[in-house]
Amino acid sequence: MPPPEHESDSQPLLETVALSCARGERVLFENLDVSIAAGEVVQVLGENGSGKTTLLRILCGLQPPSGGHIRWRGREVAPGAPELRSEIQYVGHAGGVKLDLTPRENLDVAIALGARPTATTVDAALARLDIGMLGGSPVRTLSAGQRQRVALARLLTCASLLWVLDEPFTALDADGVATIDAMLREHIEAGGSAIVTSHHPVALGQVTPRPVSIPRAA
Amino acid sequence: MNAFLAVARRDLLLAVRHRAEAANPLLFFLVVVALVPLGLSPRRETLELIAPGVFWIGALLATLLSLERMFRSDFDDGSLELMLVSPQPLPLIVLAKIVAHWLATGLPLLVAAPLIALLLGLPARSLAVLLAALVLGTPTLSAVGAIGVALTAGLRRGGMLLSLLVLPLYIPVLVFAASAVSAAAGGLPAAGQLYLLGALAALSLTLAPLAAAAALRISVS
Repeated sequence: MPPPEHESDSQPLLETVALSCARGERVLFENLDVSIAAGEVVQVLGENGSGKTTLLRILCGLQPPSGGHIRWRGREVAPGAPELRSEIQYVGHAGGVKLDLTPRENLDVAIALGARPTATTVDAALARLDIGMLGGSPVRTLSAGQRQRVALARLLTCASLLWVLDEPFTALDADGVATIDAMLREHIEAGGSAIVTSHHPVALGQVTPRPVSIPRAA
Repeated sequence: MNAFLAVARRDLLLAVRHRAEAANPLLFFLVVVALVPLGLSPRRETLELIAPGVFWIGALLATLLSLERMFRSDFDDGSLELMLVSPQPLPLIVLAKIVAHWLATGLPLLVAAPLIALLLGLPARSLAVLLAALVLGTPTLSAVGAIGVALTAGLRRGGMLLSLLVLPLYIPVLVFAASAVSAAAGGLPAAGQLYLLGALAALSLTLAPLAAAAALRISVS
């Protein structure tokens, strides 16, 4: 079921206004306007080093922008404001998975740190990502792809409106990619949104991710 | 509250999984204390004079050894980002990590203290004050240490800087705790020093989580 049309028209969920970021002397991007509507997947495109990861980190409040601001549901909020954080799930390059804990223990901590749990249990989430058998072995013993699956399992157990995913398909096999695609589709069908950086084409059935590219700063 | 318990439980679990690494500070402490009588003099009068100071210098350095564990690995594997993006209040999460750190390093010191007091020839009448000073003093070491580690978590070789930052702040604990034990060994009242240690603990446990949380946001950005 597609999301109601008026919702995405009237007011974007998250909006950046003239966002700029500089690292020391180097300007990564300037005056970037990105908007994410409810029920929409935005795919951030750009060359290596163009600032895709930085943009996502700014949206999550992990890094302050050097200019511009962020609007959440039309209202200007400080980067990393509590109302923003309670609706964001971030899966970054470093998955935030503890190697000496088991996937189950990792997810338990993620649920406690999240705003609210979903109806999906830890075991169901792990089974969905095809690592149900490994729930009790330390993450250290898992492969890179399996570790990435543990990180992504968070999305199923912690409820949030906006998924911020940095290269979620890294190290995943074709099966894993299909699972994440399906998870994304269900998420937006339920009215959620996502912003994704990926060099891999995201296939969402009828829904096409909207590409946003970060231009090379002058 | 849920987040507090989950983070504390997680850190303790990690300490248990890294038993050898977690036991390192205590072993270091025992070695220092065992070597001092050999290196200086095993005579009772000399030992009685220096024992309180040696005890607390050992405790301080042992805590310093264990501090990095608090945030460094979380910084490296992205767990720290997860905590910063979490809607749970960051100072509460930091306090949970301080409590877990104390349980993993302060508590073992407390348990080993009677044995160490015996090694250093501390008079039995000072044992109660020694334990009280440990109960009041070691939480301050964990809490103040958290600020230092939070500030240096993003630096590749932050160890040296961490000592420079944290050791000066440890001096009040060293002075009052050692003086309390000395006084008790000499048969004098030590309440004043213990009150001051208590005040330091209350101050650092309430304010350090706020400072460390702010420092973490800077370290990660």
